[in-house]
Amino acid sequence: MIVFWALAPLTVFAAIGMLLVKKAVHSAILLAFVMIALAVFYIMQEAPFLGVVQIVVYTGAVMMLFLFILMLVGVDSSDSLVENIKGLRGVAIFTALAFAAALTSLIARARTGRDSVGLELANAEGNVQALAALIFGDFVWAFEVISALLITAALGAMVLAHTQKSPEARQSQRVRSIARFRGESIGTAAGLPGSGVFARHNAVDVPALLPDGKPSDLSISNVLAQRGDVQETKTYSLEGLPKLDDEEGSK
Amino acid sequence: MNPTNYLYLSALLFSIGAVGVIVRRNAIVVFMCIELMLNAANLAFVTFAKMNGNLEGQVIAFFTMVVAACEVVVGLAIIVSIYRSRRSASVDDASLLSR
Amino acid sequence: MTSSNLVYLIALPLFSSALLMLLGRKADKWGHVFATLVSASAFFVGVSEFLAMRDRPVEMRAVTQKLFSWISVGDFKVDAALLLDQLSISFVLLITGVGTLIHIYSIAYMSHDRDRRRFFAYLNFFIAAMLLLVLGDSYLNLYVGWEGVGLASYLLIGFWNQKPEYATAAKKAFVMNRVGDFGLSIAIMIAFATFGSVTFAGIEEKASGASETAMTAMGLMLLLAAVGKSAQFPLQAWLGDAMAGPTPVSALIHAATMVTAGVYLITRSNFVFDAAPSAQLAVVIIGVITLLFGAIIGMAKDDIKKALAASTMSQIGYMILATGFGPAGYAFAIMHLLTHGFFKAGMFLGAGSVMHGMNDEVNMRRYGALAKFMPITAITFGLGYLAIIGVPPFAGFYSKDKIIETAFNVGGVQGIIIGGAALLGAIITAFYMTRVMLLTFFGNKRWADDAHPHESPFLMWAPMAVLAIGSVASGYLLYSGKAFVTWLAPVVDKHKHEHVEFLPPIVVTILAVAAVVIGVSIALLKYRGEQSGEAPQDVNVLTRVARRDLLQDDANEFMFMRPGQKLTSLLLKTDESVIDGAVRGVGATALGSARGLRKLQTGYVRNYALLILIGALAILATIWVVTL
Repeated sequence: MIVFWALAPLTVFAAIGMLLVKKAVHSAILLAFVMIALAVFYIMQEAPFLGVVQIVVYTGAVMMLFLFILMLVGVDSSDSLVENIKGLRGVAIFTALAFAAALTSLIARARTGRDSVGLELANAEGNVQALAALIFGDFVWAFEVISALLITAALGAMVLAHTQKSPEARQSQRVRSIARFRGESIGTAAGLPGSGVFARHNAVDVPALLPDGKPSDLSISNVLAQRGDVQETKTYSLEGLPKLDDEEGSK
Repeated sequence: MNPTNYLYLSALLFSIGAVGVIVRRNAIVVFMCIELMLNAANLAFVTFAKMNGNLEGQVIAFFTMVVAACEVVVGLAIIVSIYRSRRSASVDDASLLSR
Repeated sequence: MTSSNLVYLIALPLFSSALLMLLGRKADKWGHVFATLVSASAFFVGVSEFLAMRDRPVEMRAVTQKLFSWISVGDFKVDAALLLDQLSISFVLLITGVGTLIHIYSIAYMSHDRDRRRFFAYLNFFIAAMLLLVLGDSYLNLYVGWEGVGLASYLLIGFWNQKPEYATAAKKAFVMNRVGDFGLSIAIMIAFATFGSVTFAGIEEKASGASETAMTAMGLMLLLAAVGKSAQFPLQAWLGDAMAGPTPVSALIHAATMVTAGVYLITRSNFVFDAAPSAQLAVVIIGVITLLFGAIIGMAKDDIKKALAASTMSQIGYMILATGFGPAGYAFAIMHLLTHGFFKAGMFLGAGSVMHGMNDEVNMRRYGALAKFMPITAITFGLGYLAIIGVPPFAGFYSKDKIIETAFNVGGVQGIIIGGAALLGAIITAFYMTRVMLLTFFGNKRWADDAHPHESPFLMWAPMAVLAIGSVASGYLLYSGKAFVTWLAPVVDKHKHEHVEFLPPIVVTILAVAAVVIGVSIALLKYRGEQSGEAPQDVNVLTRVARRDLLQDDANEFMFMRPGQKLTSLLLKTDESVIDGAVRGVGATALGSARGLRKLQTGYVRNYALLILIGALAILATIWVVTL
C-alpha cells in the first residue's frame, strides 16, 4: 500500500514529464522509469512472472531498441514548443481529460461493492506453473499465432530496414582506385586527413591542422561536429610548448 | 488496499499517453506514447486477473507484451526508412494526404 | 316491364359518331347523310316506343332495360340501365325529332365547310349523350349523359377553333358547366349516404322517410347542377358567348335540348324537391331572377343570336320557376319546354337562314326589310315569334299562360310577387321579340354594300317550316283536355294534390294577353320607323348596363377570375421559392457540409489521431449514458 501510494504519483509525473520534455532521449528515459514502476506493480499484484518479463522484454529490449533508433535518427533532435496546428493542444487535452473522467466514473460504477478475489488459489502451484498451464493449455493456439507474428515481424523489419545498394555503386576496387587518382584534384588521392594528424593528439575528436595552423573540418566526423564535441586545437599547437633545451646535438 | 486504484491509475496513464500521441511531433516520441498506452492496458489486465481470481488476465497481458514488441520492431523499421528518404522524423511532414 | 329496344336509341347515334370520327376524311362524301339517317332512325325508334307506350295501361307504361352491371363495390351497386317512362319519352321525341330536323338543316348550312363530317359526328354524339341523360335510370347514369352533353357542347361551340375567341367561349361554357356538375356529384354522394341507392326508383321509395336537411341539401345541389347546365343565374354568363358556335348548334343545344336538361333534372327529382320546401323556394327565386335577367339583357342586344340566347335564358327561367311550384307546376314546365323547343329552334334556324343570306352578318342594325327578300324565313320566324310572345292560340300562349296562372296560385303576397314578375317578364319578352322582328324583317334597308339577301335552299327552310307548324299547333295539342298533364301525372303527381286556385284562370289569361299587347305596342312605337345603321350611343345607364349583359362578366371576373389569378401566381411563387428552394436547399446543404467536412482532411496524422480519440470518447460517453 505504501509502495503503491509512493510509486503511483511518481509514475504519473514521469508520464506527464514524458510529454513535456524537449529532448526525445529524456522522454525515453522517463518511459523506462514508468515501465519499471509498472513492473513493481505487477509483482505487488501477485504476478511475479509478468513483472520480470516486463523488465526483461519491455524495459530491457523494447526501450533499448527505442534508444538505438533515437541515436540513428539524431539524439539531439527536439521538437519546437510552438504548435503549428491551431487549437490542437487544447482540444487534445480537453478530450483526454474527458476520456479519463468518463473511464474513471465508469470504473467506479462497475466496481463499487465488489471485492477482489485474490490469486492465492490460482497461484497455488506457483505463478509460473499456473501461467504455463494456461498458455500451453487453453491458449496454445493463440500462442502459436503469436509466435508466427513474431517471426513475421522480424522478417518485416529486416525487409524494411534493408537498403539495396544500387548496381552502379557496386564498383570494383580497381575502378575505385582509378577514380581516386583521376578525380578533380590530386587532393582526393590521399583521402581525408585523419584526425589529430599534424597535431599532438590523434583522438577522434581532435581535428587535424592545416599547414597554416587552422583546423581541418574534413578530419572530424559530422556527428561530432553537430554535437559540438570537437576539441579546441589551440591547446595542441606546437607553439607555446616549452622548448627541448640543449638536446639539439642529436639532430 | 483497493485494487480499483490500479484501474484508476491505468485510466490516467492511458489518457496521458493519448495526449502524447496527439501533441508530440517527433515520430519516435509518438511511438513511445503508444507504448505507454499499451502498458496502461496491461496494468488493467493484471489488476483484473487479481480481481477475478484467475490468471487469464495475466495471460492476455503476456500476449499483449509480445504483440507490442512486434509492433515496436516493425514501426521503428518504418520510421527509420522514412527518415532515410526524407531526412526528417517529424510526423507533420508526412502530410501528403491533405486536400 | 322491360324492353330491349331502348339501347338502340343511344347505340345508333353513338356508333355513327364513332364511325365518322374514325373514318376521317374517307367519310367526307357521305358522312352527313349517314348521320342524318341515323338520327332519323333513332326518331323512328322513339315514335314506335311512344305508340307502344300509349297502348299500354297506365301502370305498365314505364319500361326499363338493363344493359350490364356497372359498379359493384361493397354496398354500392349501380347497373347501367335505361328507364323509359312518360317523362323520358317526351324528351326522347323532342331530342330525336328536333335533332333530325336540325341534321337536315345542317346538311345545307354547313355545305361550304370542310369539316362538315366532323360536325355531324359531334351532333350525333350529342344526340347519344342527351338520350343517355334522359334515359338513365339512376343519377349516376344521368351523370354520364350529363358529362357527355357538356363535352359535346364544348366541341360544338368551339367547332371553328381557328378563331381564339370561339375556343375561349367553348372553354368558358365548359368551365361554368363544371361548377354545376360539382353540384350533381355532391347530390349523388348525399343520395348514396342517405338512401344507400342512387336510382330514381330506389330513392323515391325512401324519400318520405328521410330527414328534411338531407333532402334540402340534395335539392340545393341538384339546383346548382341545373343552374350550371341551363344557364340560370348565377351561372348564366356562358350562354351568350356560346353563340360562337354554328347556328344549328345554337338551335339544337342551346335552345331546345341541352339547356333544358336542368329542367329535366329537377322534374325527375320531384320526390326530392317535394320533400324539401326550402329547396323549392330557392328554385322559384332562381327562376324569377333569371327570367327577368334574360329579358332585360335581351332588350339591349343587337346581335340577333345573342338576343335569342338571352331569350332562351329567360324562357328557361320560366320553366325553372314552374318546377319550383311542385306537382302543380311540373307538367307546365315540361309543356313549356316542349313548345319552346319548337319555336326557339325554329327561330334560331331562321336566324341562321338570315345570316346565310346576309354573308354571316349578325348585327341586326345591318338588317332591315328582309321580309320581301326571304319570305319563307320571315313567315316561319314570325310564327315562332307569335308563339314565344304568347299570342293565342299559338303554342307559347298555352304553356306560358299556365305558368303565370300557377304562379298566382301560390297564394298570398308571394303569389302576387311571383305572378307579377312573370307578367312583367311577359311584357318584356313581347317587347324585345317584337324589336327583333322589326329590326330584321321590316323597316328600312340598312345593309352592308355587298349584301344580296336571298332565300335559303330547301334543305334549310323545310325543317324551319316543320318547326313552325309545331310552334302553331303543339300548344293546343298538348293542353287540350289536360292531355299532357294527365300523361305526365304518374311520374310527377303521384299523390294527386289538390290545386288551389287563387285567381280565376280567365283573369290570368286576360292579364297575360294584356301584357303581350303592352309589350308589342311599346316596341312598335320605338322601332317602327326609320332606324339607323349604328346603335345609338347616348343611351341611359340602364341600357348601357344591359348592353354589357348586366355586368355578368365583370362580376365573374371580379369574384372569381382575379382571385383565381392571384392564387395561381401565389402558388407559382410558392412553388419556386419554397418547394424549389427546399430542393435547392438540400443541394446547397450537401455542398456546404461537404466543403466543411473537407477541412477535416488536413493530412496531418495528429489530427486523425485526435479524431480517433474523440471517437473513443464518444463510445465511452454512450456506454456511460446507457448504463446510468
